[in-house]
Amino acid sequence: MCSLEKRGNLFILTLTGKNVEHRLNPEVLSSIISALSRAKAESTRGSALVTVSHGKFFCNGFDLDWVNATGSKQEAQQRFDYSLDCLTQLVQAFISLPMPTVAAVNGHAAAAGVVIPLCHDYVVMRRDRGVLYVNDLEMGLKIPELYMAFFRAKTSGWALRDLVLRGLKIKGEELLKMGIVDAVYDGEVGVTNAGMKMADDLARRKWDGEVYAEIRKGLYSEFCGMLGIASKAIGTPKL
Amino acid sequence: MCTLEKRGNLFILTFTGEDQHRFNPNVIGSLLSLLSQVKAEATRGSALITQAQGKFFSNGFDLDWAQAAGSEQGAAERLHHMVDLFKPVIAALLSLPMPTVAAITGHAAAAGFVLALSHDYLIMRKDRGVLYMSEVDIALTIPDYFNALFREKIGDASVRRDFLLRGLKMKGDEAEKRGVVEAAYGGEAEVKQASVRLAENLGKRKWHGEVYAEIRKGLYPQLSAILGLTHKAYTIARL
Repeated sequence: MCSLEKRGNLFILTLTGKNVEHRLNPEVLSSIISALSRAKAESTRGSALVTVSHGKFFCNGFDLDWVNATGSKQEAQQRFDYSLDCLTQLVQAFISLPMPTVAAVNGHAAAAGVVIPLCHDYVVMRRDRGVLYVNDLEMGLKIPELYMAFFRAKTSGWALRDLVLRGLKIKGEELLKMGIVDAVYDGEVGVTNAGMKMADDLARRKWDGEVYAEIRKGLYSEFCGMLGIASKAIGTPKL
Repeated sequence: MCTLEKRGNLFILTFTGEDQHRFNPNVIGSLLSLLSQVKAEATRGSALITQAQGKFFSNGFDLDWAQAAGSEQGAAERLHHMVDLFKPVIAALLSLPMPTVAAITGHAAAAGFVLALSHDYLIMRKDRGVLYMSEVDIALTIPDYFNALFREKIGDASVRRDFLLRGLKMKGDEAEKRGVVEAAYGGEAEVKQASVRLAENLGKRKWHGEVYAEIRKGLYPQLSAILGLTHKAYTIARL
């Protein structure tokens, strides 16, 4: 499902999900949420989290085998909706994590799988392999209002249109130009190391984690507003 | 005035004649009715191209007609009236169940630029024609839905400021470089061909029209709300 390792100040979350495509079902999502809880519990000033994955895929979306392994279309829809609710809980956990977060995208991220790298503060991606693919339009699915707000928090203008309204499989270089990823690197080792180095550099700023999380939530204000997540004012500056 | 032609899967809306293709109540009425027709005849694989003949794409509202009211107040009322009448045209474009391309074959100013900008993709001439928001130069304020359109379609704040507050006349190559248009080509024929190619390629994806329109509206929530298009304000995720 996933594993969490601590290396100095760095929490390293490795996504394994279900099978080589690292697919997401409620069990997988639950285990990632637990890992993030552990990271939160052990966090100090100077902590940072990097999420990595290995192989051809970063995350290819929901476990549709699990969704469809039911007796009726209605039950399948229920399983899908439940998966989406679990994903939303995971996004909330990432958004409230009291430390900087970096996603090192080694391979393809599609459908619900696109949301995972995007709920990190920074995304580094492979240049030579892997695409981000929001495929709702291709599947004839409307994107839920909540997730439109999520995408609008990450990008705007024509880049937003290209991300969700064009059925594009977008490579690292293009995503860099669109401002959706922060840097691209060659090879899985290249991108993973770069992700860890970036997280290390951010950790060295020794930001107050609680303040960091509150400021971050403000960047997702529309999304948080829809979920009724309140913000805290923290007003004792360290001068 | 304006004509509608069907070419295979493509709907082609053309402003005919060598004049400035200004919008007065008659032209606006005709536009609305043609867009209704396009919507009624839409199928999977449809796409719309809007283009023009002559030196102008459109130079905006018919200010001569406004001034023919005979008094300053009368002129202001007529202009206000056209601003109101034009809103449903933009609403119709924003909810059109197919991809849309503006083939900007000449100058596009004020409401004419707004019409072009209301399409999903903009193709422009490199050798001739400018994009121009003339309002600041002729002492007119910007209607709320024009503002929302610029705010949500154009991600770059300095570009927005250059158009609205600086009265910049932007040529094709700058527009392409600064990400205002998808591409710029040298000559009217090339623009029309490129627009047809793009529209055909988008049509070939055979997207579900209603889904396409819903996702598109989700890109521009403030504009949709002002145009009265939002069907629901918020969705609270079921947790």
